[in-house]
Amino acid sequence: MSVTPALAADLFEPYGFEFFRNGTVVAVAAGALCGLLGVFVVLRGMSYIGHGLSHAVFGGAAASAVMNFNYFIGAGLWGIVSGVLIGRIARRRILGADAAIGVVTTASFAVGLALLNRYGQAKRSIEAVLFGSVLGVKNGDIVAVVVVGLLAAAVIIVGYRRFLFSTFDPEVASVSGVRVSVMEAALMVMLSLTILVTMRVIGTLLISALLVIPAATARMLTNRFSSMLWLSPVIGASGAFLGMNLAYHTNTSAAAMIIIVCATAFSGVYFASGLRGKRRIAALGHL
Amino acid sequence: MILKAAPDNLLVSCHHLSCAYGDNVVVSDVTFSVERGEFVGIVGPSGLGKTTLLRAILGMVQPVHGEVGTVKGVRLGYVPQVESVDWNFPVTVLEVMVMTRPQRRVLPRITLAERRDANEMLERLGLGGLGDRHIRELSGGQQQRVFVARALFHNPDILVLDEPTSGVDVRTRHEVLHLLADLHQEGISVLLTTHDLNGLAAHLPRLVCLNREIIADGSPREVLVPDVLERLYGAPMHVLEHGGMPVVLDHAEGAVIKPFRPRAV
Repeated sequence: MSVTPALAADLFEPYGFEFFRNGTVVAVAAGALCGLLGVFVVLRGMSYIGHGLSHAVFGGAAASAVMNFNYFIGAGLWGIVSGVLIGRIARRRILGADAAIGVVTTASFAVGLALLNRYGQAKRSIEAVLFGSVLGVKNGDIVAVVVVGLLAAAVIIVGYRRFLFSTFDPEVASVSGVRVSVMEAALMVMLSLTILVTMRVIGTLLISALLVIPAATARMLTNRFSSMLWLSPVIGASGAFLGMNLAYHTNTSAAAMIIIVCATAFSGVYFASGLRGKRRIAALGHL
Repeated sequence: MILKAAPDNLLVSCHHLSCAYGDNVVVSDVTFSVERGEFVGIVGPSGLGKTTLLRAILGMVQPVHGEVGTVKGVRLGYVPQVESVDWNFPVTVLEVMVMTRPQRRVLPRITLAERRDANEMLERLGLGGLGDRHIRELSGGQQQRVFVARALFHNPDILVLDEPTSGVDVRTRHEVLHLLADLHQEGISVLLTTHDLNGLAAHLPRLVCLNREIIADGSPREVLVPDVLERLYGAPMHVLEHGGMPVVLDHAEGAVIKPFRPRAV
């Protein structure tokens, strides 16, 4: 079946607009980046961390806006400190990781909300951060997502075995000379940076879904960690690309449509992969 | 810590070692050592110091008093409890083996030499041809062997195992026991913890009985006796002899176990 010229013109119509081209590039890069980091989030049973960290970064974003401070530096530092703090509290085993995330990030979110209410142009800032504005991205946003994506990929490739060892078997990794706490801190920093640069695209409320769904879908498709590391970004990027296009043609929120496409892919794989795939996903305890 | 001045054949040493979690002292004033070529089991009740002592030796728990350490240059091969392993994690047997080797290249591919070494080790432990299997697709005995193979992959001077027969069936227990005996015959020193007195401990050449402090240290014939067992477990226990080996009855003296009789239908 050939695609008719009218249909082709319809499909390519949005690419005539610079805002859509920029939005698609940044969304695809964000999908791949979240997919990559999501592998560790899912396998470490910390799916809630994306949700939590994005809320923590919201506090930093609000504080930066109120103090007229650079968004990336202010929110970034705030997010990194929150991420490392969560890792530390969770490792002391007095609190579980989920409780540690709950305490640190909701407090941070509340601080951000209070600051914006008291001093900021609350409504506009809050909406932009909560729901993202992929069609309003600037060149700086694209550069930020691409740079963090390349950096994360490079760090994971170079430290592949240490990341794998410390994720699979932290105790033995530690005895074998791997500095597990350094690897965890590195992951937290990368995760915080990822959330920081993708938050303006996807928004605080939906970013955790982009961290979890592609990785969980990839887990059902493979039994190999190395395969998960490329499958998950591919699923995230494809979901972002399809979601952007569907959002344009259906006149809906781009961030919401990206998540809906990813969730549909998850459901499709879940039902198609049979009992084996469902067992794999059931084994991911904290999803 | 690393022990610098030590006799040639010494591998691991604890000197008046005490460990605690908060106010709860779980290892108290323990002094013992393991020499090259020994096969030592640490036995005792659950929650009273076995695993903590092992973790202190491995450097995972800091002592509150005393010294613990390995002699300089001694390599430890640690095998964790199988129950602590996430069997659903997406890794193959080969990946489990190779992840312990430092990544010498930028790209994390398994090199031909690493693949060859890993396959040789798997072959040696009766796991030939299973390198590409997911770890969940193995039997209980094979799963335990994979983790022993991983520990041996570094040519350790001593193999350290935490409860190697915990949570495994009788057949797997036999497999593990024979595997460890074979490795010991090949010259590898072994230190393990176990609560399995008859299935594992009674077969070892040396036992250290631990109930916070060392109650006894010697061969199974010397330490698996009613007096030591009562001090170890806090209850009187019977010991029989079968085939020249002590057999500990796992019920207290005076308890009457009624023979099982099937119900008439």
